[in-house]
Amino acid sequence: MQGLDGTRERSQSMNIALTHLQRLEAESIHIFREVAASFSKPVMLYSVGKDSSVLMHLAMKAFYPAKPPFPFLHVDTTWKFREMIAFRDQMAQKLGFDLLVHVNEDGVRDGINPFDHGSNTHTHVMKTVALRQALDKYGFDAAFGGARRDEEKSRAKERIFSFRNAQHVWDPKNQRPEMWKIFNTRIAPGESIRVFPLSNWTELDIWQYILQENIPIVPLYFAKERPVVERDGMLIMKDDDRMQLRPGETVESRLVRFRTLGCYPLTGAIESDADTLEAIVGEMLTARTSERQGRLIDRDEAGSMEKKKREGYF
Amino acid sequence: MRHILAKSLAPTDGIREYMAAQEKKSLLRFLTCGSVDDGKSTLIGRLLSDTKQIFEDQLAALERDSRKHGTTGDDIDFALLVDGLEAEREQGITIDVAYRFFATPKRKFIVADTPGHEQYTRNMATGASTADLAIVLIDARQGVLRQTRRHSIIASLLGIRHIVLAVNKIDLVDFDQAVFDRIVEDYRQFSHELGFQTIAPIPMSARYGDNVTSRSDKTAWYSGPTLIEHLETVSVDEAAVELPFRFPVQYVNRPNLDFRGFAGTIASGQVAQGDEVVVAKSGKASRVKRIVAHGGDLTQAVAGQAITLVLDDEVEVSRGNMLVSPAARPQVADQFAANIVWFDEAALLPGRSYILRTETDQTSATVTDLKYRVNVNDFAREAAKSLDMNEVGICNISTRAPIAFDTFADNRTTGAFILIDRITNATVGAGMILHTLRRAENIHWQSLDVGKRGRSDLKGQRPAVFWFTGLSGSGKSTIANLLEKKLFASGRHTYILDGDNVRHGLNRDLGFTDADRVENIRRVAEVAKLMADAGLIVIVSFISPFSAERRMARELMADGEFVEVFVDTPFEECARRDPKGLYARALNGEIKNFTGVDSPYEAPEKPEIHLKTLGKTAEEMVEALEHWLNERDIAEDQYEAGGGI
Repeated sequence: MQGLDGTRERSQSMNIALTHLQRLEAESIHIFREVAASFSKPVMLYSVGKDSSVLMHLAMKAFYPAKPPFPFLHVDTTWKFREMIAFRDQMAQKLGFDLLVHVNEDGVRDGINPFDHGSNTHTHVMKTVALRQALDKYGFDAAFGGARRDEEKSRAKERIFSFRNAQHVWDPKNQRPEMWKIFNTRIAPGESIRVFPLSNWTELDIWQYILQENIPIVPLYFAKERPVVERDGMLIMKDDDRMQLRPGETVESRLVRFRTLGCYPLTGAIESDADTLEAIVGEMLTARTSERQGRLIDRDEAGSMEKKKREGYF
Repeated sequence: MRHILAKSLAPTDGIREYMAAQEKKSLLRFLTCGSVDDGKSTLIGRLLSDTKQIFEDQLAALERDSRKHGTTGDDIDFALLVDGLEAEREQGITIDVAYRFFATPKRKFIVADTPGHEQYTRNMATGASTADLAIVLIDARQGVLRQTRRHSIIASLLGIRHIVLAVNKIDLVDFDQAVFDRIVEDYRQFSHELGFQTIAPIPMSARYGDNVTSRSDKTAWYSGPTLIEHLETVSVDEAAVELPFRFPVQYVNRPNLDFRGFAGTIASGQVAQGDEVVVAKSGKASRVKRIVAHGGDLTQAVAGQAITLVLDDEVEVSRGNMLVSPAARPQVADQFAANIVWFDEAALLPGRSYILRTETDQTSATVTDLKYRVNVNDFAREAAKSLDMNEVGICNISTRAPIAFDTFADNRTTGAFILIDRITNATVGAGMILHTLRRAENIHWQSLDVGKRGRSDLKGQRPAVFWFTGLSGSGKSTIANLLEKKLFASGRHTYILDGDNVRHGLNRDLGFTDADRVENIRRVAEVAKLMADAGLIVIVSFISPFSAERRMARELMADGEFVEVFVDTPFEECARRDPKGLYARALNGEIKNFTGVDSPYEAPEKPEIHLKTLGKTAEEMVEALEHWLNERDIAEDQYEAGGGI
């Protein structure tokens, strides 16, 4: 049937409203495609966590039926949970994406580790410097990250397309205006853009989306009896023998899960019996603390995230 | 202990129902704006706190920060919750926009907290560009200020139609209704031209929470809703789905020879399998064969969805083009008028070439005419030669290639663009298209069967444009004349466009102001382009003092066709020769705007040919030009014969 404007009338046209998650998904896919169309050498930073899982799922959707036209890069600090590494390799095989793994070999040679050198030095050498090395080595001009604005107050200030100079430095006081969905993707040689397709997602959105789309995540997010040590007010899982017990410390088996994942000595577990996605979402709804509370590195000093970001951290 | 989470209260099987309810909530994106210290960040902190969006560890950090940087004595300084940059906390100001997220049982919200300082107006515009509603804060003690007006104008230009007039710090004027009424009246007077659909004035104290989420018992005279009640219920639906179908092609997905999909986000309207669509720039029609999505094809899709379309036949479509409804097509033009908000420290200059970018298209563009600047205090239209940072004006824009667009009033997605500086790559301005200019309207490109190649082949030559630039009296005309004679003698088809001669005819209406000089060059460049298209070797002999215009001329021509010839004779030598007696008169002040005397000459940085005339004869210099031409023709022939370059 022809309508007055020449298009076919659709009886349901008035009822179509996108859901909140559909809108977020569409925005992220739009961002992925914009980068693929505008940059010559993009890469996706894959940190193996839940946000990375969502990011990867969205990348698969954005380019379907093709594969994402860029590789995935994991910056391995050598202190990730063993289950994360197993999950990473399993996903790479299952989805068939091109996985690059980079380790800062200088840091390994110097024996940098979170126990002896503290979270600050460890993170700087094994994550920030390692990332800069990897980006320079491959000459990537755009790098996707899974950061969200609701995570932390300096992230709340960052653009979706976040400019970095040739030294990978973020200048938070002089960001490019970002109008509508019109992104300025122009850079000079050596400069790059960090791109955050999940900028407008909240932690709850992430979990709801994982539940809705049945996205695989590392089993560490689900509650299970695990060997943990109480240290500095956090529950640290003893993932391997490199963690030495201090006097008075004991390894206990407790029913715990992780709200975020990073280097195991720096990531606090929470006591929880949530062993399904539904239970995790239910727990989220009553949470009284933020997810970054379980991250030792954010507590190093005031404004520590901004400082790390200015140095090139994601 | 801090690492223990509350046990889940909601039963697991209720979670999916809860999620379904969450999914039905609508989303409101709004910003807070207004002058410095009117309490924007404090208000957001209050909203987040009162809607229970602040986690315990964040509250603990906030208490620590309040003691260190706070400006509210012993109370928690909520501004520190959103002022997330160190520089902001140290200086107690907001520099850049912060995005925060919260929800009530009725709606989800994304709020952009934007800076009040004039120097950070571009960051306010960033926050406003994706918002549907603006909370304009006013300090009850100060009333409507310059920044209140500037932000309101920018919000209006960027398409915001709903305003909450938050008369803040009402506690500091003793909750006085007269003060409130006067400010509201002032604002209504000022804003009646701005096209806002709703203006909701609310007396409040962000610091103490009056009328933010709960009704204040100190403003009994106020009967309207609290801020949160208003935000939960105000209707801002733009119904983009009801507008004509617009699909800016973002990415061509071509994994193999059997699949060619056009990926993009539907800007407006809807599309179904089998629908007829038209390629905006070419007018070619096709049909939607498939709407491809991960997990199975869709039968239809609506505004806001990111999809991949497969068409029935192999029509030519690439990034930057648009697939549209055949019955209601967008405009396709290279000249239009637009509102411009300028962001950069280097002012907008008419005639300068910028990169213009729409959501997916990109071309170079110049402002051909700055019609007027808008005074943010009283909307007065002021004549202006340039737009400085944070200024707003109406301009005529000319693009190198036509773009497909709607007016911004019709479509916020397809009617907007940004301008990018070609050298620094900075985003220097934002534009909202008002209308096509009449001269571009209704004149479509006629495709002709005989082309440039055929015409020049017939003449046995390749077209070229020799662009002579240099001071008056530098020797341009002498060298150009000799060059033409020699080319003519060797059987080439040529034409000279001479500055003085053209000013007697085509450009007789133009004077010597900067604006007229830009137009002078534009016309000559267009004529040279037509002549090159006719297959001629064109010799342009014009002072052409500005590099931006020479660049414009260069960009009009095909690659390898434009030869910039810098006739480099020192000023003193030109003034000594003074063949027309002009230097003597200009130095006496009898001629104004004389290049090299009281009007600048910008020497070319990388001309194809640099002729230093002192001590050389015209013969020698023309030989260099002929040599260049022969080399080019040989190189092109080799390239075409497969020899590479």
